[in-house]
Amino acid sequence: MEGGMEKGTFQIKTGFAEMFKGGVIMDVTTPEQAVIAEEAGAVAVMALERVPADIRAQGGVARMSDPKIIKEIMAAVSIPVMAKVRIGHFVEAMILEAIGVDFIDESEVLTPADEEHHIDKWKFKVPFVCGARNLGEALRRIAEGAAMIRTKGEAGTGNVVEAVRHARTMWKEIRYVQSLREDELMAYAKEIGAPYELVKWVHEHGRLPVVNFAAGGIATPADAALMMHLGMDGVFVGSGIFKSGDPKKRARAIVRAVTHYNDPEVLAEVSEDLGEPMVGINLDQLKEEERLAKRGW
Amino acid sequence: MRGVVGVLALQGDFREHKEALRRLGVEAKEVRKPEHLEGLKALIVPGGESTTIGKLAREYGIEDEVRKRVEEGSLALFGTCAGAIWLAREILGYPEQPRLGVLDVAVERNAFGRQVESFEEDLFIRGFSEPFHGVFIRAPLFRRLGEGVEVLAELSGFPVLVRQGKVLASSFHPELTQDLRVHRYFLELAGA
Repeated sequence: MEGGMEKGTFQIKTGFAEMFKGGVIMDVTTPEQAVIAEEAGAVAVMALERVPADIRAQGGVARMSDPKIIKEIMAAVSIPVMAKVRIGHFVEAMILEAIGVDFIDESEVLTPADEEHHIDKWKFKVPFVCGARNLGEALRRIAEGAAMIRTKGEAGTGNVVEAVRHARTMWKEIRYVQSLREDELMAYAKEIGAPYELVKWVHEHGRLPVVNFAAGGIATPADAALMMHLGMDGVFVGSGIFKSGDPKKRARAIVRAVTHYNDPEVLAEVSEDLGEPMVGINLDQLKEEERLAKRGW
Repeated sequence: MRGVVGVLALQGDFREHKEALRRLGVEAKEVRKPEHLEGLKALIVPGGESTTIGKLAREYGIEDEVRKRVEEGSLALFGTCAGAIWLAREILGYPEQPRLGVLDVAVERNAFGRQVESFEEDLFIRGFSEPFHGVFIRAPLFRRLGEGVEVLAELSGFPVLVRQGKVLASSFHPELTQDLRVHRYFLELAGA
């Protein structure tokens, strides 16, 4: 069944990301955790060796996970499996594509491999998601071929403040682009370091050309619903689930909170009796060099 | 045409379906709870993750309410990809996965493989004079069809668009294209 089939087109990649909307993507480190995530109603899992909170605690160079672990997780669930590569490390991406992961996250949570260039994502059939703090960064990643964007937030902190900042900044800048005259778009494109054609697209459509998820610090159902209210298409939950007291219950609650983000009764019901959340970190306790969101160019 | 067509909005690309309907002059209602089905003549079940949609639909009582309305003949249904999986009588390899079971087919999830095998391909749909651009994303296939199920389009000999009475199901995503013909066909089928 080959024939005229076109695979790996930008429409196939962005269309796949559309299917995640209104859903929760969960970090998992074992097949057992992946099954818990699937049972809870996750739309996909992110397979990794250590969740961001542990990467933060243990330090050292954080790299792509062992393909063996990723393959075990792929075998354990029927939902899509994502995995992370270091910024700019296109060989890690080639390896993940070869083992058949469904989506690659070129992630600031891992130690960057290139301090100047991101991966040329057009070269791959597998779609990529990238982090962004503002419109310029998002459009640069899309110009490199990213099929999905997420806020960077501040991963592994359990503190939603940075994800909120990035979501609000993104929308503020989108609204600003809409308000500009057409002959002002070039100067703004230059100012934010984004390709003119994409700035023009945002000016005309009033949104990013790809799906935009929240990530980095989401720990409770209320956090997840807050990000949906701020106009995000869905959420990633990293350390927030499996670093909490009752992962099964919390995972289930966050999924319900994203679907029913506008229904306070459902939110109240699912927020009840969830056990201990992950221990959070206040951002002013982080040294500048410990801030992961600063990675990416 | 206000308030008679709904889109199941638990998870997935329900906004693209709403947009397609809007372009056909229909203001669709988002359905997240059983009471939102009140007064509907037609419901679209979007693409998304079929396990997620199935679980949420079962928990909040939507599954039973939709089944009742389809069985008494008052609700027409159109499922795309994950939505089509949810409609099926049988999901091959996943007997426990929550589903509606009103469409007499056995469906195979991810029948073409993982995401890197997803593709686009033009299709011939019965009754359409021009080809339709099919977007297949981790797409399912309809494997065993009951007697009342009519095949409206095939890809390499496998059914990818099927109809049984007022229930329509596609393995591809018409909502991701600008082509409104399949949505228009469904509205005619539903009498909406």
